[in-house]
Amino acid sequence: MKKIHSSEITPESLYLSRRDFLKGMGIVSASAMLLAACGGQPGTQTDIPEKANVSATPEEVGEPLTPYDAVTNYNNYYEFTIDKEDVARKAKDFSTSPWEIEVGGLVKNPKVYDLDDLMKFSQQERIYRLRCVEAWSMVIPWMGFPLAELLNEVEPTSDAKYVRFETIYDPDQMPGQKNQGYQWPYIEGLRLDEAMHDLTMLATGLYGKPLPPQVGAPVRLVVPWKYGFKNIKAIVKIDLVDEMPTSLWMAAAPNAYGFYANVNPEVDHPRWSQSSERRIGESGRRKTLMLNGYEEEVAHLYAGMDLSKNF
Amino acid sequence: MSSVKMVNISFPRFTKFQILVHIGALLPLLLLIVDWSRDNLTFNPIQALELRTGKYALVLLILSLACTPLNTLFGFRQALKVRRPLGLYAFLYASIHFAIFIGLDYQFDWNLLKEAIFEKQYALVGFVAGLVLLSLAITSTRGWMKRLGRTWTKLHKFVYLAGILVIVHYVWLVKSDIQIPLMYGAVVLILLILRIPYIRRHASRVKQSRFVAATKRSFRFMGQRSQAIRNSISHQETT
Repeated sequence: MKKIHSSEITPESLYLSRRDFLKGMGIVSASAMLLAACGGQPGTQTDIPEKANVSATPEEVGEPLTPYDAVTNYNNYYEFTIDKEDVARKAKDFSTSPWEIEVGGLVKNPKVYDLDDLMKFSQQERIYRLRCVEAWSMVIPWMGFPLAELLNEVEPTSDAKYVRFETIYDPDQMPGQKNQGYQWPYIEGLRLDEAMHDLTMLATGLYGKPLPPQVGAPVRLVVPWKYGFKNIKAIVKIDLVDEMPTSLWMAAAPNAYGFYANVNPEVDHPRWSQSSERRIGESGRRKTLMLNGYEEEVAHLYAGMDLSKNF
Repeated sequence: MSSVKMVNISFPRFTKFQILVHIGALLPLLLLIVDWSRDNLTFNPIQALELRTGKYALVLLILSLACTPLNTLFGFRQALKVRRPLGLYAFLYASIHFAIFIGLDYQFDWNLLKEAIFEKQYALVGFVAGLVLLSLAITSTRGWMKRLGRTWTKLHKFVYLAGILVIVHYVWLVKSDIQIPLMYGAVVLILLILRIPYIRRHASRVKQSRFVAATKRSFRFMGQRSQAIRNSISHQETT
């Protein structure tokens, strides 16, 4: 195990505010609860000691983590295959090192980050819900850091309005990219304020281990209040731009997949309802929560917006 | 020369072909049950069940729709005998499909179901297709044939509508990869086109062709040979 450098130890003020943050999200942060849910998965060392005084909402209490097995063997990663259960097998030899992320565009300090650079940001574990547009969902303990930390380093200029992300283009390793039905490589985008929000993170790990290829190794985006397809995988490029980027799914079916893709039970997909979802591992359905249960944290970003038009 | 007492039971005689069809139609159900008991139904088992039962229903419906053309084109009379069972098996799988949807998936939550079925396209179309198949299944018996007379034939032409609705249901429920449902759609379309009177008349010429006659002859020949072999084996056993 790599020795923790003194500079990486979370300063106490940040540590305490992180507990408040987790409280605010309503996630029960008791380590006992975590370990019980994970079945004692290795690597989930959280240094949150005693049971925090958490005011969890009734929905949150008893939202168990989705087992590692399910998280890593049920994936939408069309670059490899459209068969959700086969991505793990097809992606297992995907090369994730060395890796570079080119960050540029309307910034003052463009920079190329390698994997070691990414490790210098704060490494936090965050348990988020993931809601796919197909109406299934999971609860996943990601490891990573807020995207804002990276963006603050490169300093977006005042012209920058959006962040545009790009996945690697490598049809030899990713046979799905030979399918001309989609405009590869995968592109996604966020409004700058969405990208700077503390909930938005770049994930490099899962269940305390480095990301396996099938979930987007070595680094992927996690935006928990939006549909899963916004969470772009295997990122190689991040650009600050002034025009709203057109994502792959927007180009593929603009009447169904929009830029915002906020989880919203009141705005249906043209062909199916989004009012309920199936939590993987459970039978029966759950009511889908507005903004995937993160309404308190992010609703203000959309104040005054007609969410049925800006979907 | 056997000492077994022969009892005169009236038993419907099933041909080998019919038995094969029945076994073939029930096999997918057996596989489903085996997979369910072995927890081999993917990480989204309810969706897997829905997709598989739906697919089996569609395939059986297509096979049922193929019976008449098979007879028209190739004079394959046996197909006509399995047309009704195949249709009923399609209805069986469709019923299981629907039961899983409202029971396992939505757990009889009528509010959620109302939204899911009546406000969303693909579920509504599937539901209507199911209603059509239900009415056809109920009226599939000889009793109903007598009761309805000529109306029966008109009613049962609605199976074509069911076929089309099922394809639309399938196309609308996939996220983006519509190639597979469209392929099924092409098959259904061909089977319907073969029933257009003009096409039907010309298609029925095929069964008179030399190729079809030769194929039938070779099938009959193979059947005779295998019967002869069986006879010789049974003779050996008794000697």
